[in-house]
Amino acid sequence: MTRPTVLYDAPGPRARRHNLLLTVLFLIALAGVLWWVFASLADKNQLAWDKWEPFFTTSGAWTTFLLPGLKNTVIAAALAMVLATPLGALFGIARLSDHGWVRAAAGTVVEFFRAIPVLILMLFANAAYAKFTDVSPDSRPLYAVVTGLVLYNGSVLAEIVRAGILALPRGQTDAAKAIGLRKNQVMRYVLLPQSVNAMMPAIVSQLVVIVKDTALGGALLGFSELLASVRPMSANYGANTIACFTVVAVIFVLLNLALTTFAGRLERRLRSGKRSTGAVVTAGAVEELSTPGEHVSRDDLDGPGPQAGH
Amino acid sequence: MFDFLEGYDLLGAFWVTIQLTFWSAIGSLIWGTLLAAMRVSPVPLMRGFGTVYVNIVRNIPLTVIIVFTSLGLFQTLGVTLGADSFKTINFRLAVLGMIAYTAAFVCEALRSGINTVPLGQVEAARAIGLRFPQVLLLIVLPQAFRAVVGPLANVLIALTKNTTVASAIGVFEAAALMKTMIENEAQVILISAVFAFGFICLTLPVGLLLGWVSKKVSVKR
Repeated sequence: MTRPTVLYDAPGPRARRHNLLLTVLFLIALAGVLWWVFASLADKNQLAWDKWEPFFTTSGAWTTFLLPGLKNTVIAAALAMVLATPLGALFGIARLSDHGWVRAAAGTVVEFFRAIPVLILMLFANAAYAKFTDVSPDSRPLYAVVTGLVLYNGSVLAEIVRAGILALPRGQTDAAKAIGLRKNQVMRYVLLPQSVNAMMPAIVSQLVVIVKDTALGGALLGFSELLASVRPMSANYGANTIACFTVVAVIFVLLNLALTTFAGRLERRLRSGKRSTGAVVTAGAVEELSTPGEHVSRDDLDGPGPQAGH
Repeated sequence: MFDFLEGYDLLGAFWVTIQLTFWSAIGSLIWGTLLAAMRVSPVPLMRGFGTVYVNIVRNIPLTVIIVFTSLGLFQTLGVTLGADSFKTINFRLAVLGMIAYTAAFVCEALRSGINTVPLGQVEAARAIGLRFPQVLLLIVLPQAFRAVVGPLANVLIALTKNTTVASAIGVFEAAALMKTMIENEAQVILISAVFAFGFICLTLPVGLLLGWVSKKVSVKR
């Protein structure tokens, strides 16, 4: 049943006929595309049961290829998250410093790493580890992926931290100062603990970006994560490329949807919570409202927005 | 100091990056607008399609999509997009993958822009007898676009950076050249600095310019 919204009224008889016609047309177009997809898949023999069977009837594909790949994806994402968060907190707080030179230095670092593609950072880290350190070639891809992710996401998390602190009601700082706390006490005892709460939805959403970016290591640095398992797997099971890609994509989607849903729940809980200050930094707030070189203003921080997922 | 650059077509590689960005930006703006129109349309089936598309595509890594266009679409299914040389095929496949992915973010940005249009505007439009397509095209979308210049600028900047992923399927853009140079030359730090600087030159002016534009055109309410 179509309900009235901002854009359209509850449909009358004519609008209902119109909508029905559009539904039928859209259905035909959609069916046409699907038919074309399935016809070309069948044409190349990609729909045959023996191409898909390894994922359903045997455990080999999972234990040999998919689960080890997934494990590496999760390890890299978790490491990057754990290392980037404190770094982000440090730079986020430094950008709010009272000293101009600290603000400028931290701002330059953050904007620099935010402007560079994460792949460039990974390639740099890979080459630098090869040249300047004795990290073994086997573990170098993991090191390079994590380093690239930490440098990039550390700077994004710095912006989230800054947004989280700025989103707290001003009265919190005023009250803390009024009872005689010093600058770093205000930050440590009053602002940070509360903003951690407010930032949680944005931080969980950032995890989705990190999980997605680990796939770069698989495609370009020889890191054996989930995407990298497609080639050996399809070679092993008789060129079932489409089936392999479908399974890998489904795993990524399920993992990331779980994270997105979790972030959304967290956000709603914080918004409705009686003890919270009402400050919530959502996923979109940082990525979408501060173009590089521009400063986040207080009014920009809150509001509906898409996932930051780049 | 920079003599290691000799023999490499640095500008050519960045030109490929710019071309990738340009075509992907145009394509994803069109496809993203269509998706946004579907997601707010009165037809439940279209709304459902838009929602499912956005939620699925947004959660697949771009790298998986790009590699799939090459291994799945081209090598397995024989999709060539009307090109005959490997170079053009890979370029077009990369643009296709980039459009499919970026459109999801364009759609979400636009949808949040549509939410900023006050209810009264739409009620007034309906009161003078405009129908849904007219309300959307004449009243809502023009205001929504003006409200989302900032968010769209961020999508564009992210897209510029994401074009590096195209090197995974052999499109010879900036990241691919950087990989080659790092393998052949000794100056790791200098080479990385050159490419970092190149991307800053691409993204920073766009961000500043569109940030300024978004302030200029935003609807004062």
